Amino acid sequence: MVEGLIGKKIGMTQSFDEGGNASPVTIIKAGPCTVIQKKINEKDGYTVLQLGFIEEKGLRKPSKPLVGHYVKSGIPPVKILREFQFAINEEVKEGDQFFVDIFQAGDKVHVVGMSKGKGFAGVIKRWGFHGGKATHGSMFHRRPGSVGASAYPSRVVKGKKLPGHMGNERVTIKNLTVVQADKENNLLVVKGAVPGANGGYLLIKKANFSPESYKSEKPKPEEVKPEKPKTGEKPEQPKPEEKAKKPGAEAKPDKPKSEVEPEKPKTEEAKPEESKPEDVKPEEIKAEPSKSEKLKPEESKPEKDKAEQSKPVKSGPEPSESESSKEEKKE
Amino acid sequence: MTLIDLLEEKQLKKDIDTFKVGDTVNVHVIIREGDKERVQIFRGDVIAKRGSGLGATFTVRKVTFGVGVERIFPLHSKMIKKIEVVRHGKTRRAKLYYLRKLKGKAARLKEQK
Repeated sequence: MVEGLIGKKIGMTQSFDEGGNASPVTIIKAGPCTVIQKKINEKDGYTVLQLGFIEEKGLRKPSKPLVGHYVKSGIPPVKILREFQFAINEEVKEGDQFFVDIFQAGDKVHVVGMSKGKGFAGVIKRWGFHGGKATHGSMFHRRPGSVGASAYPSRVVKGKKLPGHMGNERVTIKNLTVVQADKENNLLVVKGAVPGANGGYLLIKKANFSPESYKSEKPKPEEVKPEKPKTGEKPEQPKPEEKAKKPGAEAKPDKPKSEVEPEKPKTEEAKPEESKPEDVKPEEIKAEPSKSEKLKPEESKPEKDKAEQSKPVKSGPEPSESESSKEEKKE
Repeated sequence: MTLIDLLEEKQLKKDIDTFKVGDTVNVHVIIREGDKERVQIFRGDVIAKRGSGLGATFTVRKVTFGVGVERIFPLHSKMIKKIEVVRHGKTRRAKLYYLRKLKGKAARLKEQK
């Protein structure tokens, strides 16, 4: 799952909701976006996906180095490249495509764009000053007025609101609601206005996205620690086992015995951990996501989402595996 | 067809009876009270129509107990069940805002036959 997509503002219209209320909406052509480059922490210093926005027309005269940059992804050079975060626990490679279906109706998104240029604007337009009277002998109409005191400080304070260039800057509108995501036409309908003119490029990002939240490693340590000591107690044992069956059944419904199979390699991994005192948990935590990654490609997409959302369920298998491995050893 | 039209088309009503400015209409408005739904009829003269596509609206004016009441309806709103033409009026202009200043007999519209 990727943080967001590159899009193009199409225009505004209105839309009726279920209650018959009309609301202003913006139509954005979002995606498809192809992964051009995957930047890795070890190599590039940070982890990120470089996405390219696929349009009808690509770059007219790409330079040779630029063409080389696109070789891995297998598409011709595109006009717009932007970097997005992604869920680190998922496997993404160059050439993968993301569509507008990463958003769903009701989601909150941040939209980034370049605002319309207003040129050199006065203080009324730029900062909302009230200005003076228009008539009745007034000679003070749209001027900024006094900009400071006299002898002290003998200068204009930094940050004073004065006339200057307005607009044509990067603006983020936060927490817009997604009304509709139409994968067929790659259209995203968002409630409210977004920056820039029609035809301008936008970045649409999920609100509250963090690569960690989609990473199964992070939330686990908190959940595992309180559970660990409990696993020694008998009444707690049946519960995690029940939970453990669910993901196993999803992954391989045909073979109910398959639960045993994935656990065997686990025992090898689990051995050193269990031989040590139980305080050494980080190793165990690392080992488990590897299983979750293995399972994921087998599951279909909606199941994936469910699995991501229901983290507590996923955390279930951990203690049970360690327990079952214990049992196997005993046997 | 532009991409905007493509999305608007899904919400457009296709079964709207044609009515003109000057017509007297019964507008069947759906009113929701909690879980209940009922239909209220707003009867009056169409004094204005504006806009195109999904954003089109029309204005209906009536006089009740000597007080003029005007309602602006979105033409494609789901809350409008039906628009029923009662009488075709004869007009020479597109916006009948002059009716607001007239009272009684002067505020009548000739019927078109």
